[in-house]
Amino acid sequence: MNVPLWLTYAFLYLPILVVVIMSFNASKNLFIWKGFSLQWYPAVFADDAVMVGLRNTLIVATSVTVLATILGTLMAVGIHRYTRGGLVRAFAIAPALLPDLLLAIGLLSLFSLLSVTLGLHTVIIAHTTFAMAFVTAIVLARLANLDPSLEEASRDLGAGAVRTFMRVTLPQLAPGMVAGALLSFTLSLDEFVIAFFTTAPTTPTLPIAIYSMVRFGVTPEINALATMLLFVSIFAVIGAQRLTKVTDAL
Amino acid sequence: MRYKAVPLLATLAVATLALTSCASGAASVKTLDPKADITKQKLVVSIWADYYPKDLAATFEKATGVPVTIVNHATNEDVMGKLTTGADSGIDVAFVSGQYAQALNEAGLLEPIDKALVPNEKNLYPEAEKLAYDPGNKYSEPYTWGTTGLCYRSDLVPTAPTSWNDLLKPAPGLVGKTTMLSTERWMALPALKAEGKSVNTTNPNDLAAAKKQLLETKKTLLAFDDTTFYTKLVSGEAAMTEAWDGWCNYGITDDPKIKFVVPSEGSDLWTDTMTVLKTSKNKEAAMAFVNYIMKPEIQAWVATNILYKVPNAAAMKLVDPAVIAAYPNLAMTPAELTKQEVIVDRGEFSPEYTKLATEVMAAG
Amino acid sequence: MTSTTPTSPGAVPRRTRRGWAALPFLTPGTLMLVLFVLVPLLLILGYSFFKRGRFGGVVFTFSFDNFVRLADPLYLNVIATSVGIAAVVTVLALLIGYPTALAIVRLPAKWRTIALVAVLLPFWTNFLIRTYAWILLLNNAGWINQGLEAIGLIDHPIKMLYTQQAVVVGLLYMYLPLMILPLYSSLASQDAQLTEAATNLGSGPWRVFRTVTLPLSIPGALTGCVFVFVPAMSNFVIPELLGGGKTVLVGNLVRDQFLKARDWPFGAALALVLTILLVALLVAQQRASRRLTEGPRAPRAQRNRAQKVVSRA
Repeated sequence: MNVPLWLTYAFLYLPILVVVIMSFNASKNLFIWKGFSLQWYPAVFADDAVMVGLRNTLIVATSVTVLATILGTLMAVGIHRYTRGGLVRAFAIAPALLPDLLLAIGLLSLFSLLSVTLGLHTVIIAHTTFAMAFVTAIVLARLANLDPSLEEASRDLGAGAVRTFMRVTLPQLAPGMVAGALLSFTLSLDEFVIAFFTTAPTTPTLPIAIYSMVRFGVTPEINALATMLLFVSIFAVIGAQRLTKVTDAL
Repeated sequence: MRYKAVPLLATLAVATLALTSCASGAASVKTLDPKADITKQKLVVSIWADYYPKDLAATFEKATGVPVTIVNHATNEDVMGKLTTGADSGIDVAFVSGQYAQALNEAGLLEPIDKALVPNEKNLYPEAEKLAYDPGNKYSEPYTWGTTGLCYRSDLVPTAPTSWNDLLKPAPGLVGKTTMLSTERWMALPALKAEGKSVNTTNPNDLAAAKKQLLETKKTLLAFDDTTFYTKLVSGEAAMTEAWDGWCNYGITDDPKIKFVVPSEGSDLWTDTMTVLKTSKNKEAAMAFVNYIMKPEIQAWVATNILYKVPNAAAMKLVDPAVIAAYPNLAMTPAELTKQEVIVDRGEFSPEYTKLATEVMAAG
Repeated sequence: MTSTTPTSPGAVPRRTRRGWAALPFLTPGTLMLVLFVLVPLLLILGYSFFKRGRFGGVVFTFSFDNFVRLADPLYLNVIATSVGIAAVVTVLALLIGYPTALAIVRLPAKWRTIALVAVLLPFWTNFLIRTYAWILLLNNAGWINQGLEAIGLIDHPIKMLYTQQAVVVGLLYMYLPLMILPLYSSLASQDAQLTEAATNLGSGPWRVFRTVTLPLSIPGALTGCVFVFVPAMSNFVIPELLGGGKTVLVGNLVRDQFLKARDWPFGAALALVLTILLVALLVAQQRASRRLTEGPRAPRAQRNRAQKVVSRA
């Protein structure tokens, strides 16, 4: 049963291997190997544009994850309990379906109409709306399979609505919420089109910073950045796992 | 259903706002104040990455006291997208190619260049004051200029190319080893020029003929590539590419067997320009920035390090002859350059070029 | 308040919650959606009824021209190609994603998070970087060709880059997690007792999978399919970089109209058509999901369970 898993990982990590190896390429040109070099790693930290982009992206992605997970879960529970699904459900999931360019330009038009100054806050709003849809969809899929009798039992035994929600419903939803949170973080971290149109020129996110650096194609410096991000993420996840009981929820 | 009325009303309100705000027309013309204290202003400049001295922001601030933030855009279209939405983009000075500056001006988005505040304009070649997209440089100043031609590996081609047809109808050994530019004006250029047509044509028949040729050529192409074609030349994946002269120099840096030639049928003259946005609240400082760029030392740096020709006579004199010897297309004189056709915006006809590019790229 | 009637298996409990309790759940999300999705959407789609200004921008003279233009075979072809490619990507994602999600669910609890995160980690790098990595892998002098030549499997390089196949691979790579996560969530929420019961009653593992696991996972699978299909249609970077600009998808068309031709009205019309297509898709997905979990063909245990859940909704 684990063969498909390893094959999938091989597929997913093959390009990553390329990225890591090429980050040590002494030549500025990715297509030609000119020998081993560590020069690009310090270059990343010296690159203002990249550091600013990184900081902004982390701020945005974390905010979006928190907001989208909360709002999306609330939305999913509301839809599941109080509506017949259908229109409201479609409306809630719609942002995940619309072309991102459409959303991006639409939001920009709206913000300019309302004379809202652009900045990280507008990106956060845009990304949250977008990520919320994914969280809603995932949590809804999980709700569909849950046994409602647990909640009923809790109410029958005298627990109030809030208590039932916090102690019975939420824990059951936790795996869906975690999956939704992870997805929101991933989506926001790497999202380019919407961020591009909803941010100010002086507050680029990392994908924007990288995109405008790609005048000559990707350089080893960018690969070095990606490699570092990768390892930081790995350590962060291992650390988070040790610190919380998240695994138990899954 | 009851709750739907609210969003409907909101939309109508917003739409009404949209219509009325779009009707608010040109603001009154205000001449700039030459005595304004520009140290109280600050600038946001949008320009292509690696297209300027790395310490430009620092040296400019030192020279004038104006803090400047330089942001990058990857393509003309990207920055145009931000500038044309009707709101303040936050950008004071935008670097765009000539025909885009023309379009921005037609849309009323550019502040006229205050000649009193940009005395360094005198450093420009006389030819650079007569460019068709903005004669007299009324709303833009040229930063770099050049032409488009064939960039090729002299050791991988049977004979040195001399005509656009060498790319459009490649020799059998070159099939699958050529690339073309995908930006619509430059995609059409070789086909138009090969037939002796203008690069700015608005004749649908010219475009139809060009499209026919391009559809044939597409079958022989390796890829459409605007950014990494020179790496393909260096790696040998491609033998001949359509290229801007400055970009070809990057290939020449990596491999001296790469050469550049302007085909005999002629080509275009493109210019990258500096423009000041009308929405800028720091116009005097913006003019000072444009003026600073036109200092001979700054544009000489551009020529020496970015390997593009600059329209600044004083600057070109400062460029090390060794650099010019290594990159022959830098030696092109303005007289030779201006023999080519300046690319201008085609107004209502422009979407036809985009349609041409789409049709060629979408064809199976 | 909730009914106090005890529920017995097979009985259908009635929904008796008051409507106002829905407010705290639905309001914040709905507000955001209306303001930041519906309004912008209507703004842009409104443009599709107007015309392009001389040098770009929108001129507010009402016209249906844009929709007439859409009927051009060029655009219809592009839409058809995009649907085709997106469909292939979706099917591949399902074929790869399903066994992967299943395998992760069956891992011991402490390995599940790691396995799940391991799926997502590559996507915490940057999409441009990953796409360039594929260029390095797939081009004629790239790692894959060089590797195959080195072990003697091929004589000359296989042309992989700048083809439609490369676009499919690129899109698949980009959107696979969007298939795996909803599938995982759905599979993980299945009541283990059901499979246990089926096994105890004598069904072999394949039968258990076919009659219990698979049907219950359909909503998750359909969600995943939609999550992959939609962005696969609207992506414009991958056809450019991996397709060498020789494949044009709807995403490229829309992008070209908004940014290159600066013809917002026509771009909006294109986007409108795309949106209608995708909404139709979502409606179909909902219907299919419902029918497969509640209709007469659904396994009986599933149907009863589904009825209980639906009646609460």
